[in-house]
Amino acid sequence: MAEVLVYVDHVDGAVRKPTLELLTLARRIGEPVAVALGAGAESTAAALAEHGATRVLTHDASEYVDYLVVPKVDALQAAVAAVSPAAVLVPSSAEGKEIAARLALRIGSGIITDAVDLEAGDEGPVATQSVFAASFTTKSRVSKGTPVITVKPNSAAVEAAPAAGAVEALAVSFSAQATGTKITGRTPRESTGRPELTEAAIVVSGGRGVNGAENFALIEALADSLGAAVGASRAAVDAGWYPHTNQVGQTGKSVSPQLYIANGISGAIQHRAGMQTSKTIVAVNKDAEAPIFDLVDYGVVGDLFDVVPQLTEEIKTRKG
Amino acid sequence: MSLRIVVTVKYVPDATGDRHFADDLTVDRDDVDGLLSELDEYAVEQALQISENADDDVEITVLTVGPEDAKDALRKALSMGADKAIHVEDDDLHGTDAIGTSLVLAKAIEKAGYDLVISGLASTDGTMGVVPALLAERLGVPQVTLLSEVSVEDGTVKGRRDGDAASEQLEASLPAVVSVTDQSGEARYPSFKGIMAAKKKPVESWDLSDLDLEAEEVGLEGAWTAVESATQRPARTAGTIVKDEGEGGKQLAEFLAGQKFI
Repeated sequence: MAEVLVYVDHVDGAVRKPTLELLTLARRIGEPVAVALGAGAESTAAALAEHGATRVLTHDASEYVDYLVVPKVDALQAAVAAVSPAAVLVPSSAEGKEIAARLALRIGSGIITDAVDLEAGDEGPVATQSVFAASFTTKSRVSKGTPVITVKPNSAAVEAAPAAGAVEALAVSFSAQATGTKITGRTPRESTGRPELTEAAIVVSGGRGVNGAENFALIEALADSLGAAVGASRAAVDAGWYPHTNQVGQTGKSVSPQLYIANGISGAIQHRAGMQTSKTIVAVNKDAEAPIFDLVDYGVVGDLFDVVPQLTEEIKTRKG
Repeated sequence: MSLRIVVTVKYVPDATGDRHFADDLTVDRDDVDGLLSELDEYAVEQALQISENADDDVEITVLTVGPEDAKDALRKALSMGADKAIHVEDDDLHGTDAIGTSLVLAKAIEKAGYDLVISGLASTDGTMGVVPALLAERLGVPQVTLLSEVSVEDGTVKGRRDGDAASEQLEASLPAVVSVTDQSGEARYPSFKGIMAAKKKPVESWDLSDLDLEAEEVGLEGAWTAVESATQRPARTAGTIVKDEGEGGKQLAEFLAGQKFI
């Protein structure tokens, strides 16, 4: 069976959930071979093996920390040369898409980004994408070279499928471009203890109707009662009430959780572009005419300052 | 010393219009009004700010690849303050994908001459966000991308990239390719004076032969990817909507419990 390369997104050896989802998708088109780079790469092997990686190619070097993107492209290119895979799958993070793009160009291949599903096809893998603010679904394939496809989080269920996961050292020689962009400083984001927005199963968002940074405590309390991530509309971010890293929408993050709860968000097209593929959509808004109500499975027309605290209390009570 | 900045921009269908596909599964550009991609306005703005803060002479060229109407996007950028424009237009470009677009842009950037290329973080139609990285790879220069802050001094570009896990300070020598996010600074509105001045600014038109490119390297036939189908997502079935009369939160909790979220 053909091998499929899966680029591993991990933090010091802890594999992030979108990579485990990729392993599930990779098994539909071949045998997953994982590529893990940087500090802790070898410690990813156990989790990757449990989810179907037959081999785990690892490499660590200071270049991955000191320079932007290109060293990872060099390594993935070395892995492609070593494995001759049927496809290369990369998580659809901002960096993942950049790595995938440069790799595709180097190996003379087409690239598909932000796939939400992947199937084997007669002429190679067929990727499903959700486009034009989720108003259309397209199916595409790469028609030249080894398909390079980036996949959005929450595109597949994580399934255990134990495999060998044999750790092998990957030989990498860095290109002249590898050291082109220096990373001269790094400030880690303070952890909120909440799930990462793009990966979360439930997202609770606040918009213009939240009416102030201090009131986001209400949104956070609801999120915490559900173990959810917190999102914000562009209006709330532009007003400085919540960080840009939490922005959901066209210019922010695109999310596709099991449940999306929009509070005080009217539902402009730019916001809908980032959340319309959520499985279940719920909204609370004072304005019965707000376009968000066209999308909802359940909507409450009412003041979020009354509805949200009552909802939070009720959830806590029910959860005991 | 002078600094030559090329800003790449895209003319996109208005997101508030009814965007759909044509019979050949490319984006239908006839039925929906187009405009300068909002995210590219931030790239133009940062080019203007770099120019305003520079001691050297700065020349800002705005570049697009697209059909006749794409001139509108160039005019908008010129009216904001860019100095000149290049429009790459050729019937054979219809259906070109991201890899092909990066080829055309890279050829045009090299022909124009540059020290710095500035792009938006993604187009608002395709939303791939890969063209800046592809340009850096093709041009063989550093990529300094997804910046929420950018500055240029003494042949060095510096910027801040805000990722999920960390905020990084980046630095590279020119020439380089930069992309900027919507956090880099509000884009200015063209003034009346700017709009009038834009009418007199030069817009060069190049076709594939000007860039030494063959038709089969681009377009739908030359694309590295193929769209097999595009289907309109069915309208969501109307959900339940209740008016809060004191129990709205509890009713919502009941719904969530029924869906097994609680």
